[in-house]
Amino acid sequence: MTSAISIAREVASGATSAEAQLEKSLEAIAARNDELNVFLYLDEEGARAQARAVDEKVRAGEPVGPLAGVPIALKDNLCQRGVPTTCSSRILEGWRPPYSATVVERVLAAGAVAVGKTNLDEFAMGSSTETSAFGPTRNPLDPSRVPGGSSGGSAAAVAAQMTTISLGSDTGGSIRQPAALCGLVGMKPTYGLVSRYGLIAFSSSLDQIGPFAANVADAALLLEVIAGHDPKDSTSLPEPSPSLLAHVNDGVAGKRVGVVRELIEGADDEVVAAVNAAVAVLRDAGAEIVELSIPETRLGLSAYYLLAPAEASSNLARFDGVRYGLRVDAEDVTAMNEATRTLGFGAEVKRRIMLGTYALSAGYYDAYYGQALKVRTQMIHAFREAYQKVDFLIGATTPSVAFKFGEKSDNPMAMYLSDVFTIPTNLAGEAAVSVPFGHGASGLPIGVQLLGPGRSEAMLFAGARVLEVAEGR
Amino acid sequence: MALPDGWEMVIGLEVHTELKTATKLFCGCANMFGDEPNTNICPVCLGLPGALPVLNERAVELAMALGFALHCTVAPSTFHRKNYFYPDMPKDFQISQYDLPINSNGYLDLPDGSRVGIERAHLEEDTGKSTHLGGSGRLQGADRSLIDYNRSGVPLVEIVSAPDIRSAAQARAYAAELRGILIATGASDGRMEEGSMRMDANVSVRKSGAPYGTRCEIKNLNSLRSLVRAIEYEALRQVELLEDGGVVRQETRHWDENLGETSTLRVKEEAEDYRYFREPDLVDLAPSDEWQSRVRAALPPMPAERRTTLAAKLSDPTEQQLDAVTLAVDLDLDAYVLFAYAKGVEMPLALNRATNELAASEVGVVNLSPENFAETLLMEQRGELSATQAKTVLSDILANGGEPKAVAAAKGFEQLSEDSLVATVTGLIEAHADEWGRYRDGDDKLAQFFIGQVMKATKGQANGKAVIEILVQRRAGS
Repeated sequence: MTSAISIAREVASGATSAEAQLEKSLEAIAARNDELNVFLYLDEEGARAQARAVDEKVRAGEPVGPLAGVPIALKDNLCQRGVPTTCSSRILEGWRPPYSATVVERVLAAGAVAVGKTNLDEFAMGSSTETSAFGPTRNPLDPSRVPGGSSGGSAAAVAAQMTTISLGSDTGGSIRQPAALCGLVGMKPTYGLVSRYGLIAFSSSLDQIGPFAANVADAALLLEVIAGHDPKDSTSLPEPSPSLLAHVNDGVAGKRVGVVRELIEGADDEVVAAVNAAVAVLRDAGAEIVELSIPETRLGLSAYYLLAPAEASSNLARFDGVRYGLRVDAEDVTAMNEATRTLGFGAEVKRRIMLGTYALSAGYYDAYYGQALKVRTQMIHAFREAYQKVDFLIGATTPSVAFKFGEKSDNPMAMYLSDVFTIPTNLAGEAAVSVPFGHGASGLPIGVQLLGPGRSEAMLFAGARVLEVAEGR
Repeated sequence: MALPDGWEMVIGLEVHTELKTATKLFCGCANMFGDEPNTNICPVCLGLPGALPVLNERAVELAMALGFALHCTVAPSTFHRKNYFYPDMPKDFQISQYDLPINSNGYLDLPDGSRVGIERAHLEEDTGKSTHLGGSGRLQGADRSLIDYNRSGVPLVEIVSAPDIRSAAQARAYAAELRGILIATGASDGRMEEGSMRMDANVSVRKSGAPYGTRCEIKNLNSLRSLVRAIEYEALRQVELLEDGGVVRQETRHWDENLGETSTLRVKEEAEDYRYFREPDLVDLAPSDEWQSRVRAALPPMPAERRTTLAAKLSDPTEQQLDAVTLAVDLDLDAYVLFAYAKGVEMPLALNRATNELAASEVGVVNLSPENFAETLLMEQRGELSATQAKTVLSDILANGGEPKAVAAAKGFEQLSEDSLVATVTGLIEAHADEWGRYRDGDDKLAQFFIGQVMKATKGQANGKAVIEILVQRRAGS
């Protein structure tokens, strides 16, 4: 598959055109979207206009951006002006945002062509896209299996070569887990590195937007384009976008890498084997390997399922039928709120709203939400301590390869456990990347996770690149 | 009004004031009262999915200024979400401050010398404004509800007093003094009729010296008059209830201005659980020492100090003059009085004209500069204008602008020349020889007779004092 970097280069040089690349993308979508249910909305008209604008610039000899003519898919919780944005929920059906997310503005300014909006677990709550109100997305590598979630549609779009790159969001693993299950590179950046303006919030203190790509360099380039301070997001870090692509081939020589017991234990044997093989590759590449234990990570899942639903219960209050999206008429406004939310939200979203409401309630706050905040602080300290000893950490991204539909959807706890290795990074506000490394017995890809301190994205991409090269990519 | 013997009111006030910023608390929309509905709105103040708040620094500055003026501790603070459903609140939560407010532990001294503690003065956002049509006319049961989100996200400061207030009159004095401070700091325009300052009163009663009684909160008192009436009604209601052997239920009550009564809005058991938690979309607010010092240094004198300054210029002031001093400061006219005084106008005259003619102006004092105020009064003092003429000149400039001399000339208030006044007085002495004789022999009352005659002859253009001077000279010379 042609990389984003080479497409942009060839579009800029005139060797190919943005419009030609878009047609290829639309053909791939036409071929498999009915089967895979990747895109909830295709913005053909808008995409064609964007592609044409890029090509006109090239013809006029004007400079084009680093993503010139590269087809990109957007997770449907990212606002794009005038384009329906649903969060895969009935409650937002028909809503067209009057503004674009900062990341959307940035990828478009860089010349990317936004093809459409991809499926996700409703309001990003899930790990398989099965909670989408518009049906699940199928894994392009094995349509009987899930693509992971919540950014399953964005992962599937790249895995099915419908677009070259895509954007997802990661609250507890929603980029890294589907990247692992679909054989892609997916990065959860440091909290604050990428503006959240225009990302429909699930859990504001945990959400981060990040890239999906088929290779490390493309992921680094895409993150470079979307990262950097945004005055519209108060939690955005003050620094400009870091240089990432230039450091992709820096290697790991001399780096100290911590193998974290708790981020491997409990994974399937084939996943453990893949992580061990990745560790060996890093050692051969000159890294010093240290065995580590970070027991606090075991508390991550429990803390997460209090903190994230608590914030979600507040973030999702605004979907009340008053101003936009679904409204179910009733005798008075309170009844209207209730009827709208009853019909508009799916079971998983309701479960989390109730969980979060309970965790924040008077008399329960200290025992639940307050306790979870303490765990979060402990987690931050534990990671900080680990990074005193090592440069970055390695573990599994997911306990298993892509699972079958229905395998976990009846059991929320089993589903929640698929994020057990990814959640600690979100709680700590740090960075982590999932890179494909090896395959399971079923032939499906396995993801290895590299975790680093805040703003360590360049180092993590360099580590991921070492693994990628070892696999001959 | 007094409560029956032995009873005492205990009152705490919560005052919400809109800050006078150019833009809203968390977005760049105009903070403007009275615009076409839903014109000052954007994704942020409409709470559209994905929009994020960014704190307005000017609002923080005004809140700090208010904190300093109220002798508060200004400290690093955080924002919380107060969660409840209401259609005019677009996010269905309000961004407010909870356990760590920007201002805490201050006080406000009242003109009568009493001191009321300030527990906190914190920042929060305002909601939109609902209009309920048809049916019950309230949210539940109206046929239709219209919402104007122009007010949504307007910066508010909520100032919470300690339960230190003991009478409706003191509550009124507190609110009036606080309003003066809001205006002086530039935090607010203090326009109660536009909702810039809204009050809730916590009222309880007790036998003097007993522990606090159960309180009721009366919501949305939007004028000083309502505040006083509502408190008096509520305190009396509670006393009567207790004297009849009943108990006061802790509840929120509504004040009906027309009926002059409070009634139950909701009881404590129905109180919402707001599920406060830290607002994850905002960072902590920790104004630097340098910023704080800058705000503190820029703080203008507060009303109490301004009253002292003004009163100090009066020798042995009367009760009436002290009231005038308070009024002048309340109306923000003390600078005019002081300017005129510095130019040589006598203090009682300056105070009098400011609190009468200037205060009566329907358009305020925009058309009258302090210089022209002083000049008009000096002309009056020098006898170039009579009191009546000076008032007319002031009123005319207040309404239409202009220079005192030119306005006086246009009105035909050319001062009579000394010569012509002498000639007039001489003629009148001759015409009223009898009266003149009595005056000459020491009956000073007759001076008023001659002044009246001169005024009649000159159609009021003469200066009374100048007439007396001529009469006195004549008497001495004759």
